[in-house]
Amino acid sequence: MIPAGFEYHRPSDIASAVSILQEHGDEARVIAGGHSLIPMMKLRMADMGHLIDLQDIDALKGIEIGSDAVTIGAMVTQHELITHEGLSNAVPLIKEAALLIADPQVRYMGTVGGNVANGDPGNDMPGLMQCLNATFELSGPDGVRAVAAREFYEAAYFTARDDEEILTRITIPVPASGTGYAYEKQKRKIGDYATAAAAVMIGGGTASVAMTNLADTPIWSDPAGAALAAGDVDGCVSAMMGAIDPVADNRGPIEFKKHVAAVILRRAIDRAQSRAR
Amino acid sequence: MSKMHVKMTVNGKEVEGLAEPRTLLIHFLRENLNITGPHIGCETSHCGACTVDLDGKSVKSCTVFVAQAQGKELTTVEGLVNEDGSLGVLQEMFREHHGLQCGFCTPGMITRAHRLLQENPTPTEEEIRFGMAGNICRCTGYQNIVKSIAAAADTLNAQKEAAE
Repeated sequence: MIPAGFEYHRPSDIASAVSILQEHGDEARVIAGGHSLIPMMKLRMADMGHLIDLQDIDALKGIEIGSDAVTIGAMVTQHELITHEGLSNAVPLIKEAALLIADPQVRYMGTVGGNVANGDPGNDMPGLMQCLNATFELSGPDGVRAVAAREFYEAAYFTARDDEEILTRITIPVPASGTGYAYEKQKRKIGDYATAAAAVMIGGGTASVAMTNLADTPIWSDPAGAALAAGDVDGCVSAMMGAIDPVADNRGPIEFKKHVAAVILRRAIDRAQSRAR
Repeated sequence: MSKMHVKMTVNGKEVEGLAEPRTLLIHFLRENLNITGPHIGCETSHCGACTVDLDGKSVKSCTVFVAQAQGKELTTVEGLVNEDGSLGVLQEMFREHHGLQCGFCTPGMITRAHRLLQENPTPTEEEIRFGMAGNICRCTGYQNIVKSIAAAADTLNAQKEAAE
Protein backbone atom coordinates (compact mmCIF):
# COMPACT_ATOMS: atom_id res chain seq x y z
CA MET A 1 0.00 0.00 0.00
CA ILE A 2 2.85 2.41 0.80
CA PRO A 3 4.99 3.51 -2.15
CA ALA A 4 8.62 4.56 -1.79
CA GLY A 5 9.47 8.26 -1.85
CA PHE A 6 10.23 10.23 -5.00
CA GLU A 7 10.82 13.76 -6.23
CA TYR A 8 7.77 15.11 -8.05
CA HIS A 9 7.87 17.12 -11.28
CA ARG A 10 4.99 18.71 -13.15
CA PRO A 11 6.33 20.19 -16.42
CA SER A 12 4.03 22.12 -18.74
CA ASP A 13 5.51 21.12 -22.09
CA ILE A 14 6.85 18.00 -23.75
CA ALA A 15 10.41 19.32 -24.12
CA SER A 16 10.72 19.92 -20.37
CA ALA A 17 9.36 16.47 -19.61
CA VAL A 18 11.85 14.88 -22.00
CA SER A 19 14.74 16.82 -20.50
CA ILE A 20 13.83 15.65 -16.97
CA LEU A 21 13.72 12.09 -18.32
CA GLN A 22 17.14 12.61 -19.88
CA GLU A 23 18.61 14.13 -16.74
CA HIS A 24 17.57 11.29 -14.44
CA GLY A 25 17.70 8.31 -16.82
CA ASP A 26 16.46 5.06 -15.29
CA GLU A 27 15.56 6.89 -12.10
CA ALA A 28 12.67 8.77 -13.73
CA ARG A 29 9.27 7.70 -14.99
CA VAL A 30 6.35 9.64 -16.41
CA ILE A 31 2.98 9.36 -14.73
CA ALA A 32 -0.23 9.77 -16.74
CA GLY A 33 -3.46 8.58 -15.09
CA GLY A 34 -1.40 6.60 -12.61
CA HIS A 35 -3.74 3.62 -12.56
CA SER A 36 -1.13 1.03 -13.54
CA LEU A 37 1.96 2.79 -12.18
CA ILE A 38 0.69 3.75 -8.71
CA PRO A 39 -0.62 0.22 -7.98
CA MET A 40 2.83 -1.15 -8.94
CA MET A 41 4.52 1.48 -6.76
CA LYS A 42 2.24 0.60 -3.84
CA LEU A 43 3.38 -3.01 -4.13
CA ARG A 44 7.01 -1.81 -4.46
CA MET A 45 7.24 -3.53 -7.82
CA ALA A 46 8.10 -0.13 -9.32
CA ASP A 47 10.38 2.30 -7.55
CA MET A 48 11.80 5.51 -9.01
CA GLY A 49 13.52 8.60 -7.70
CA HIS A 50 11.67 11.01 -9.96
CA LEU A 51 8.06 11.07 -11.08
CA ILE A 52 7.15 13.31 -14.00
CA ASP A 53 3.45 14.17 -14.00
CA LEU A 54 2.17 14.89 -17.53
CA GLN A 55 -1.19 16.40 -16.50
CA ASP A 56 -0.28 20.03 -17.27
CA ILE A 57 0.95 19.39 -20.82
CA ASP A 58 -1.77 20.63 -23.18
CA ALA A 59 -0.09 19.13 -26.25
CA LEU A 60 -0.93 15.68 -24.85
CA LYS A 61 -4.65 16.41 -24.69
CA GLY A 62 -7.52 16.59 -27.12
CA ILE A 63 -9.15 14.51 -29.83
CA GLU A 64 -9.05 15.71 -33.44
CA ILE A 65 -11.40 14.22 -35.97
CA GLY A 66 -10.17 14.48 -39.56
CA SER A 67 -11.77 13.00 -42.65
CA ASP A 68 -9.03 10.38 -43.10
CA ALA A 69 -7.67 10.01 -39.59
CA VAL A 70 -8.34 10.85 -35.98
CA THR A 71 -5.57 11.82 -33.62
CA ILE A 72 -5.84 11.36 -29.89
CA GLY A 73 -3.56 12.94 -27.32
CA ALA A 74 -1.83 10.44 -25.06
CA MET A 75 -3.38 12.00 -21.93
CA VAL A 76 -6.96 11.62 -23.19
CA THR A 77 -8.78 9.52 -20.59
CA GLN A 78 -10.91 6.45 -21.23
CA HIS A 79 -13.87 8.51 -19.99
CA GLU A 80 -13.21 11.11 -22.68
CA LEU A 81 -12.90 8.40 -25.36
CA ILE A 82 -16.34 7.11 -24.35
CA THR A 83 -18.09 10.48 -24.16
CA HIS A 84 -16.58 12.13 -27.27
CA GLU A 85 -19.36 12.10 -29.84
CA GLY A 86 -17.20 12.76 -32.89
CA LEU A 87 -14.90 9.89 -32.01
CA SER A 88 -17.82 7.52 -31.42
CA ASN A 89 -19.06 8.32 -34.92
CA ALA A 90 -15.69 8.14 -36.66
CA VAL A 91 -14.27 5.03 -34.94
CA PRO A 92 -17.06 3.43 -32.87
CA LEU A 93 -14.87 0.43 -32.01
CA ILE A 94 -12.92 2.58 -29.53
CA LYS A 95 -15.92 3.37 -27.35
CA GLU A 96 -17.05 -0.24 -27.41
CA ALA A 97 -13.65 -1.39 -26.15
CA ALA A 98 -13.18 1.44 -23.63
CA LEU A 99 -16.45 0.50 -21.93
CA LEU A 100 -14.96 -2.94 -21.28
CA ILE A 101 -11.88 -1.49 -19.59
CA ALA A 102 -11.70 -1.28 -15.79
CA ASP A 103 -14.50 0.63 -14.02
CA PRO A 104 -15.88 4.19 -13.97
CA GLN A 105 -13.36 5.62 -11.51
CA VAL A 106 -10.39 4.11 -13.31
CA ARG A 107 -11.74 5.36 -16.67
CA TYR A 108 -11.85 8.96 -15.39
CA MET A 109 -8.12 8.79 -14.73
CA GLY A 110 -6.57 6.12 -16.93
CA THR A 111 -5.36 7.46 -20.27
CA VAL A 112 -5.19 5.95 -23.73
CA GLY A 113 -1.46 6.71 -23.92
CA GLY A 114 -0.78 5.00 -20.61
CA ASN A 115 -2.81 2.01 -21.70
CA VAL A 116 -0.87 1.55 -24.94
CA ALA A 117 2.57 2.46 -23.55
CA ASN A 118 2.29 0.33 -20.38
CA GLY A 119 3.29 -2.85 -22.21
CA ASP A 120 1.14 -5.15 -20.07
CA PRO A 121 -0.39 -7.78 -22.40
CA GLY A 122 -3.54 -7.55 -20.26
CA ASN A 123 -4.29 -4.02 -21.49
CA ASP A 124 -7.06 -3.89 -24.12
CA MET A 125 -6.06 -0.86 -26.19
CA PRO A 126 -2.85 -2.34 -27.68
CA GLY A 127 -4.66 -5.11 -29.58
CA LEU A 128 -7.37 -2.65 -30.52
CA MET A 129 -4.79 -0.21 -31.91
CA GLN A 130 -3.19 -3.00 -33.92
CA CYS A 131 -6.57 -3.95 -35.35
CA LEU A 132 -7.15 -0.30 -36.29
CA ASN A 133 -3.62 0.03 -37.68
CA ALA A 134 -2.87 2.99 -35.43
CA THR A 135 0.44 4.84 -35.31
CA PHE A 136 2.08 6.04 -32.09
CA GLU A 137 4.02 9.31 -32.03
CA LEU A 138 7.04 9.31 -29.72
CA SER A 139 8.90 12.44 -28.63
CA GLY A 140 12.46 12.18 -27.37
CA PRO A 141 15.72 14.12 -27.21
CA ASP A 142 16.26 13.58 -30.94
CA GLY A 143 12.82 14.76 -31.97
CA VAL A 144 9.65 13.02 -32.98
CA ARG A 145 9.22 9.63 -34.61
CA ALA A 146 6.27 7.43 -35.46
CA VAL A 147 5.96 3.72 -34.77
CA ALA A 148 3.13 1.52 -36.03
CA ALA A 149 1.12 -0.14 -33.23
CA ARG A 150 1.74 -3.40 -35.08
CA GLU A 151 5.52 -2.89 -34.61
CA PHE A 152 5.45 -1.44 -31.10
CA TYR A 153 5.18 -4.46 -28.79
CA GLU A 154 8.25 -6.64 -28.22
CA ALA A 155 7.50 -8.60 -25.04
CA ALA A 156 5.69 -8.12 -21.75
CA TYR A 157 6.54 -4.56 -20.59
CA PHE A 158 9.00 -4.17 -23.47
CA THR A 159 8.05 -1.83 -26.29
CA ALA A 160 9.74 0.15 -29.05
CA ARG A 161 9.68 3.26 -26.84
CA ASP A 162 13.11 4.31 -25.57
CA ASP A 163 13.49 5.26 -21.91
CA GLU A 164 13.97 8.92 -22.83
CA GLU A 165 10.89 9.07 -25.05
CA ILE A 166 7.28 9.95 -24.27
CA LEU A 167 4.36 8.56 -26.23
CA THR A 168 2.57 11.75 -27.19
CA ARG A 169 -0.20 11.12 -29.74
CA ILE A 170 -2.01 8.29 -31.47
CA THR A 171 -3.18 8.51 -35.08
CA ILE A 172 -5.89 6.16 -36.28
CA PRO A 173 -7.08 5.86 -39.88
CA VAL A 174 -10.86 6.40 -40.08
CA PRO A 175 -12.41 3.12 -41.28
CA ALA A 176 -14.42 3.30 -44.51
CA SER A 177 -18.12 3.88 -43.91
CA GLY A 178 -20.00 0.62 -43.55
CA THR A 179 -17.05 -1.14 -41.93
CA GLY A 180 -18.26 -3.73 -39.41
CA TYR A 181 -16.50 -3.81 -36.07
CA ALA A 182 -16.56 -5.57 -32.70
CA TYR A 183 -14.54 -5.82 -29.52
CA GLU A 184 -15.47 -8.97 -27.65
CA LYS A 185 -13.96 -9.66 -24.23
CA GLN A 186 -14.27 -12.64 -21.91
CA LYS A 187 -13.48 -11.69 -18.34
CA ARG A 188 -14.15 -13.04 -14.87
CA LYS A 189 -15.73 -9.84 -13.61
CA ILE A 190 -15.83 -6.07 -14.10
CA GLY A 191 -12.38 -4.59 -14.14
CA ASP A 192 -10.56 -7.82 -14.89
CA TYR A 193 -8.05 -8.16 -17.67
CA ALA A 194 -9.28 -10.45 -20.45
CA THR A 195 -9.16 -14.21 -20.34
CA ALA A 196 -9.37 -13.63 -24.09
CA ALA A 197 -10.49 -10.65 -26.17
CA ALA A 198 -10.77 -10.03 -29.89
CA ALA A 199 -10.89 -6.87 -32.00
CA VAL A 200 -12.32 -7.35 -35.49
CA MET A 201 -12.96 -4.98 -38.39
CA ILE A 202 -14.41 -6.13 -41.69
CA GLY A 203 -15.66 -4.37 -44.81
CA GLY A 204 -14.81 -3.23 -48.31
CA GLY A 205 -12.98 -6.47 -49.08
CA THR A 206 -10.56 -6.07 -46.17
CA ALA A 207 -10.45 -7.34 -42.62
CA SER A 208 -8.22 -6.90 -39.58
CA VAL A 209 -8.09 -9.12 -36.50
CA ALA A 210 -6.18 -8.77 -33.23
CA MET A 211 -6.40 -10.52 -29.88
CA THR A 212 -5.60 -9.49 -26.30
CA ASN A 213 -3.88 -11.25 -23.38
CA LEU A 214 -3.15 -14.48 -25.22
CA ALA A 215 0.62 -14.01 -25.53
CA ASP A 216 3.23 -11.71 -23.99
CA THR A 217 2.18 -9.05 -26.53
CA PRO A 218 -1.08 -8.32 -28.34
CA ILE A 219 -1.39 -10.48 -31.44
CA TRP A 220 -2.36 -9.04 -34.81
CA SER A 221 -2.43 -11.73 -37.48
CA ASP A 222 -2.09 -10.82 -41.13
CA PRO A 223 -3.13 -14.32 -42.36
CA ALA A 224 -6.16 -14.30 -40.03
CA GLY A 225 -7.26 -10.95 -41.49
CA ALA A 226 -6.65 -12.13 -45.05
CA ALA A 227 -8.72 -15.28 -44.50
CA LEU A 228 -11.57 -13.26 -43.01
CA ALA A 229 -11.44 -10.75 -45.87
CA ALA A 230 -11.88 -13.71 -48.23
CA GLY A 231 -14.91 -14.89 -46.26
CA ASP A 232 -13.12 -17.84 -44.67
CA VAL A 233 -14.08 -17.64 -40.99
CA ASP A 234 -12.67 -21.06 -40.11
CA GLY A 235 -9.41 -20.14 -41.80
CA CYS A 236 -9.30 -16.88 -39.85
CA VAL A 237 -9.84 -18.64 -36.52
CA SER A 238 -7.29 -21.33 -37.28
CA ALA A 239 -4.67 -18.76 -38.37
CA MET A 240 -5.22 -16.84 -35.14
CA MET A 241 -5.08 -19.99 -33.01
CA GLY A 242 -1.69 -20.67 -34.57
CA ALA A 243 -0.47 -17.18 -33.69
CA ILE A 244 -1.46 -16.97 -30.01
CA ASP A 245 0.63 -18.40 -27.20
CA PRO A 246 -1.25 -18.13 -23.89
CA VAL A 247 0.18 -19.06 -20.50
CA ALA A 248 -1.67 -20.67 -17.59
CA ASP A 249 -2.69 -18.43 -14.69
CA ASN A 250 -5.70 -17.83 -12.43
CA ARG A 251 -7.81 -17.27 -15.54
CA GLY A 252 -7.29 -20.88 -16.58
CA PRO A 253 -4.96 -23.41 -18.16
CA ILE A 254 -3.61 -23.08 -21.69
CA GLU A 255 -6.17 -25.45 -23.26
CA PHE A 256 -9.03 -23.48 -21.74
CA LYS A 257 -7.63 -20.15 -22.93
CA LYS A 258 -7.27 -21.47 -26.48
CA HIS A 259 -10.85 -22.71 -26.38
CA VAL A 260 -12.13 -19.38 -25.06
CA ALA A 261 -10.03 -17.49 -27.61
CA ALA A 262 -11.69 -19.32 -30.50
CA VAL A 263 -15.18 -18.77 -29.05
CA ILE A 264 -14.56 -15.07 -28.46
CA LEU A 265 -13.05 -14.56 -31.90
CA ARG A 266 -16.05 -16.20 -33.58
CA ARG A 267 -18.43 -14.01 -31.56
CA ALA A 268 -16.49 -10.89 -32.53
CA ILE A 269 -16.53 -11.92 -36.20
CA ASP A 270 -20.29 -12.60 -36.08
CA ARG A 271 -21.00 -9.22 -34.57
CA ALA A 272 -18.62 -7.37 -36.91
CA GLN A 273 -20.20 -9.09 -39.93
CA SER A 274 -23.68 -8.21 -38.73
CA ARG A 275 -22.66 -4.55 -38.55
CA ALA A 276 -20.87 -4.43 -41.93
CA ARG A 277 -22.81 -2.84 -44.77
CA MET B 1 12.15 12.98 0.74
CA SER B 2 11.21 16.53 1.47
CA LYS B 3 7.65 17.53 2.15
CA MET B 4 5.65 19.78 -0.11
CA HIS B 5 3.12 22.42 0.77
CA VAL B 6 -0.23 21.04 -0.36
CA LYS B 7 -3.25 23.23 -1.00
CA MET B 8 -6.63 22.13 -2.23
CA THR B 9 -10.33 22.81 -1.78
CA VAL B 10 -12.22 20.12 0.09
CA ASN B 11 -15.99 20.32 0.51
CA GLY B 12 -15.89 24.01 -0.38
CA LYS B 13 -13.16 24.93 2.10
CA GLU B 14 -9.58 25.76 1.24
CA VAL B 15 -7.27 23.44 3.15
CA GLU B 16 -3.52 23.04 3.31
CA GLY B 17 -0.89 20.85 4.84
CA LEU B 18 2.61 19.47 4.54
CA ALA B 19 3.05 16.06 2.96
CA GLU B 20 5.54 14.04 0.98
CA PRO B 21 4.61 13.85 -2.71
CA ARG B 22 4.22 10.06 -2.34
CA THR B 23 1.43 10.48 0.21
CA LEU B 24 -1.71 8.94 -1.20
CA LEU B 25 -4.65 11.33 -1.38
CA ILE B 26 -6.72 9.00 0.83
CA HIS B 27 -4.09 9.20 3.57
CA PHE B 28 -3.84 12.97 3.27
CA LEU B 29 -7.62 13.28 3.63
CA ARG B 30 -7.86 10.89 6.54
CA GLU B 31 -4.68 11.62 8.44
CA ASN B 32 -3.82 15.26 7.73
CA LEU B 33 -7.34 16.64 7.37
CA ASN B 34 -9.24 14.18 9.62
CA ILE B 35 -11.80 13.61 6.87
CA THR B 36 -12.35 9.96 7.71
CA GLY B 37 -15.48 9.16 5.70
CA PRO B 38 -13.54 7.83 2.69
CA HIS B 39 -12.15 4.41 3.58
CA ILE B 40 -9.44 2.00 2.49
CA GLY B 41 -10.62 -1.47 1.53
CA CYS B 42 -7.81 -2.75 -0.69
CA GLU B 43 -4.37 -2.05 -2.07
CA THR B 44 -5.11 -2.86 -5.71
CA SER B 45 -7.53 -0.06 -6.69
CA HIS B 46 -10.54 -2.35 -6.96
CA CYS B 47 -12.90 -1.67 -4.08
CA GLY B 48 -13.73 2.03 -4.47
CA ALA B 49 -14.25 2.63 -0.72
CA CYS B 50 -11.87 5.60 -1.05
CA THR B 51 -13.89 7.24 -3.87
CA VAL B 52 -14.01 11.04 -3.80
CA ASP B 53 -15.09 13.60 -6.37
CA LEU B 54 -12.02 15.29 -7.81
CA ASP B 55 -12.62 18.18 -10.23
CA GLY B 56 -15.94 16.64 -11.26
CA LYS B 57 -14.70 13.09 -11.64
CA SER B 58 -15.19 10.04 -9.45
CA VAL B 59 -11.70 9.07 -8.40
CA LYS B 60 -10.26 6.37 -6.18
CA SER B 61 -8.18 8.47 -3.81
CA CYS B 62 -5.93 5.51 -2.99
CA THR B 63 -4.61 5.75 -6.55
CA VAL B 64 -3.75 9.45 -6.63
CA PHE B 65 -0.67 10.98 -5.04
CA VAL B 66 -1.36 14.10 -3.05
CA ALA B 67 1.07 15.89 -5.38
CA GLN B 68 -1.22 15.15 -8.34
CA ALA B 69 -4.20 16.63 -6.50
CA GLN B 70 -2.42 19.88 -5.71
CA GLY B 71 -4.74 22.83 -6.39
CA LYS B 72 -7.81 20.73 -7.16
CA GLU B 73 -11.38 20.71 -5.86
CA LEU B 74 -12.60 17.72 -3.90
CA THR B 75 -15.90 16.57 -2.52
CA THR B 76 -16.19 13.73 -0.02
CA VAL B 77 -19.28 12.19 1.53
CA GLU B 78 -18.98 14.78 4.32
CA GLY B 79 -19.63 17.47 1.70
CA LEU B 80 -22.83 15.87 0.43
CA VAL B 81 -25.01 16.90 3.36
CA ASN B 82 -27.51 19.72 2.95
CA GLU B 83 -26.52 23.24 3.94
CA ASP B 84 -28.36 22.91 7.27
CA GLY B 85 -26.38 19.75 8.08
CA SER B 86 -29.27 17.36 7.38
CA LEU B 87 -28.77 14.33 5.14
CA GLY B 88 -28.47 14.92 1.41
CA VAL B 89 -30.91 13.15 -0.89
CA LEU B 90 -28.60 10.21 -1.66
CA GLN B 91 -27.75 9.79 2.00
CA GLU B 92 -31.44 9.89 2.96
CA MET B 93 -32.34 7.33 0.30
CA PHE B 94 -29.56 4.93 1.34
CA ARG B 95 -31.09 5.10 4.84
CA GLU B 96 -34.67 4.71 3.68
CA HIS B 97 -33.97 1.79 1.30
CA HIS B 98 -31.49 0.02 3.56
CA GLY B 99 -28.60 0.55 1.15
CA LEU B 100 -25.96 -0.06 3.82
CA GLN B 101 -25.16 -2.42 6.63
CA CYS B 102 -21.61 -2.13 8.00
CA GLY B 103 -21.29 1.25 6.29
CA PHE B 104 -17.69 0.84 5.20
CA CYS B 105 -18.35 1.09 1.44
CA THR B 106 -21.11 3.67 1.88
CA PRO B 107 -19.09 6.92 1.66
CA GLY B 108 -17.49 5.73 -1.57
CA MET B 109 -20.81 4.43 -2.90
CA ILE B 110 -22.63 7.69 -2.21
CA THR B 111 -19.85 9.86 -3.60
CA ARG B 112 -19.74 7.76 -6.77
CA ALA B 113 -23.54 7.76 -7.06
CA HIS B 114 -23.48 11.56 -6.72
CA ARG B 115 -21.34 11.86 -9.87
CA LEU B 116 -23.29 9.13 -11.70
CA LEU B 117 -26.53 11.06 -11.21
CA GLN B 118 -24.91 14.28 -12.40
CA GLU B 119 -23.97 12.57 -15.65
CA ASN B 120 -27.06 10.44 -16.03
CA PRO B 121 -30.02 11.85 -14.04
CA THR B 122 -32.39 9.09 -15.18
CA PRO B 123 -30.38 5.85 -15.14
CA THR B 124 -31.92 2.43 -15.75
CA GLU B 125 -31.20 -0.35 -13.27
CA GLU B 126 -28.57 -1.72 -15.66
CA GLU B 127 -26.95 1.70 -15.97
CA ILE B 128 -26.84 2.05 -12.18
CA ARG B 129 -25.20 -1.35 -11.79
CA PHE B 130 -22.65 -0.64 -14.54
CA GLY B 131 -22.07 2.91 -13.28
CA MET B 132 -21.39 1.62 -9.76
CA ALA B 133 -19.18 -1.27 -10.85
CA GLY B 134 -16.03 0.32 -9.41
CA ASN B 135 -17.46 0.04 -5.88
CA ILE B 136 -17.51 -3.25 -4.00
CA CYS B 137 -19.89 -4.02 -1.12
CA ARG B 138 -19.57 -7.06 1.12
CA CYS B 139 -22.88 -6.66 3.00
CA THR B 140 -25.84 -5.63 0.90
CA GLY B 141 -25.72 -7.75 -2.25
CA TYR B 142 -26.14 -4.43 -4.10
CA GLN B 143 -29.92 -4.77 -4.62
CA ASN B 144 -30.82 -2.11 -2.07
CA ILE B 145 -28.01 0.14 -3.20
CA VAL B 146 -29.55 0.10 -6.67
CA LYS B 147 -32.96 0.91 -5.15
CA SER B 148 -31.46 3.74 -3.07
CA ILE B 149 -29.84 5.35 -6.10
CA ALA B 150 -32.95 4.95 -8.27
CA ALA B 151 -35.03 6.55 -5.50
CA ALA B 152 -32.52 9.38 -5.15
CA ALA B 153 -32.72 9.98 -8.91
CA ASP B 154 -36.54 10.18 -8.73
CA THR B 155 -36.40 12.56 -5.77
CA LEU B 156 -33.80 14.81 -7.36
CA ASN B 157 -35.73 14.93 -10.65
CA ALA B 158 -38.95 15.77 -8.82
CA GLN B 159 -37.15 18.55 -6.92
CA LYS B 160 -35.75 19.90 -10.17
CA GLU B 161 -39.17 19.89 -11.80
CA ALA B 162 -40.75 21.63 -8.83
CA ALA B 163 -38.07 24.32 -8.95
CA GLU B 164 -38.71 25.06 -12.64
